[in-house]
Amino acid sequence: MKYQSVFDIIGPVMIGPSSSHTAGATRIGKAARSVFGRQPKKAVITFYGSFATTYKGHSTDVAIVGGILDFDTYDNRIIDSLVIARDLHMDIHFVTSDVVMQHPNTAKIVLEDEKGKLELIGVSVGGGKIDIVEIDGFQIKASGNAPLVLVSHEDRYGVIASVSNVFGKNEINIAYMEVARKEKGSLALMVIETDQRIPYPVIQELEDLASVKRVSLLTTK
Amino acid sequence: MKFHSVKELLELTKNEGKKISDIMIEMEMEQSERSREEIVNQMRNSLHVMKGAIERGLTEDIRSRSGLTGGDGKKLNQYLEKGQYLSGSTIIEAVSKAVATSEVNAAMGTIVATPTAGSVGVLPGSLFAVAEKLEASEDDMVNALFTAGAIGLVIANNAFISGAAGGCQAEIGSATAMAAAAVVEMAGGTPTQSTEALGIALKNMLGLTCDPVAGLVEVPCVKRNAMGAANALIAADMALAGITSVIPPDEVIEAMYHIGCSLPISLKETSLGGLAATPTAKELELKIFGPKWNK
Repeated sequence: MKYQSVFDIIGPVMIGPSSSHTAGATRIGKAARSVFGRQPKKAVITFYGSFATTYKGHSTDVAIVGGILDFDTYDNRIIDSLVIARDLHMDIHFVTSDVVMQHPNTAKIVLEDEKGKLELIGVSVGGGKIDIVEIDGFQIKASGNAPLVLVSHEDRYGVIASVSNVFGKNEINIAYMEVARKEKGSLALMVIETDQRIPYPVIQELEDLASVKRVSLLTTK
Repeated sequence: MKFHSVKELLELTKNEGKKISDIMIEMEMEQSERSREEIVNQMRNSLHVMKGAIERGLTEDIRSRSGLTGGDGKKLNQYLEKGQYLSGSTIIEAVSKAVATSEVNAAMGTIVATPTAGSVGVLPGSLFAVAEKLEASEDDMVNALFTAGAIGLVIANNAFISGAAGGCQAEIGSATAMAAAAVVEMAGGTPTQSTEALGIALKNMLGLTCDPVAGLVEVPCVKRNAMGAANALIAADMALAGITSVIPPDEVIEAMYHIGCSLPISLKETSLGGLAATPTAKELELKIFGPKWNK
């Protein structure tokens, strides 16, 4: 089932004019911000397909920056997000691409500061719902129905077991899990969807595990 | 999901002796593991946002960024106050509120997507007009939103709710069906009458194309929201009169899906065909975006 909640239909509460091109864009921006975990110094946003041709009219640019500023879809500050970002000395660039992506409403966001860099590709599928399809070059298949835990780790034996152990110990059931890596023995990314909400101490516990580099929460709502 | 079709939804209401809204609330509680109070309050908040958008659109001078839309909600409100309209007051109330909401959306105001921002005016327009007529309580209105949501979920999961996927029938059509079912419940109709209203309303929206001028959620979207609200009220009245849809609601939804799949891409939110391809639309597009944007 694509749509599960009554609030997928009656909602989101949002700033107009388009659920896919405005609210969806805000959510993609917010997802990138949630994974990055802090306010970036620089953001480069690439629009593809229908986003590239109609972003001005739908205020997709304003909406996606609002998301990067961690605003919700209904936050009035979205309208002034470009000015707010400039006042915060955030360096923002928009790029339009004519590369054909699988879905017409696709955006790539690269966030950066002196501590690190994140690259995320999101798709706005309709009615404000989004899917995150790629993070730092790792392809992700999970749907964004629940918050996802992203564990970036060294690609070696025992890491998956120790991560799932932490969930088991805390009585959190894993509903869906995938592990992606670029090449054998390098960095890998675990994407985990759980049935229960994940308390902050569990995130810390995961972060303290050997071979785990970074743990972040990906929220799409 | 406890129900995947209108038929299953109706069976649940019959077996458990409950309204559609009750079934929806219970399913949401189960799915999200949240309390009834939390869920109902979230919906109540959405209702308040809808009310705020209607009030703004009826009284303020709304204008979109492109300048294509704004001010018609206010015009209709003034026309209504003069009392010299041809159709009924509830219809004009619904239409004015639908236009008001839709114009606020186009002007980057705060709205609730129902089911999308393009079809934002249909449900609040019909709901608030009927609530006024019936002197319904806020709780009744919140329940009606759950009923609309249940219908929307069935449509979204068996067909589509986005213009890019299925044309305007998927947006204004779905919203109209949701609104018709919701106001029937609010008027004291049975769950079956609600779903018959869904069927009657949606049948009359089949084949509607998504051909917005310059790709903006403005022309013809705002006026289609008006017609959606009017259609929803007529379908609701027909169902309350005991009229049924000869083609069962689930089959109407399936037909909508097949029609959407056969619509050419030029009529699915690409602005390549239909109204978007008319000389006036092309001229407007050039004026708004400049030559760089002209496809």
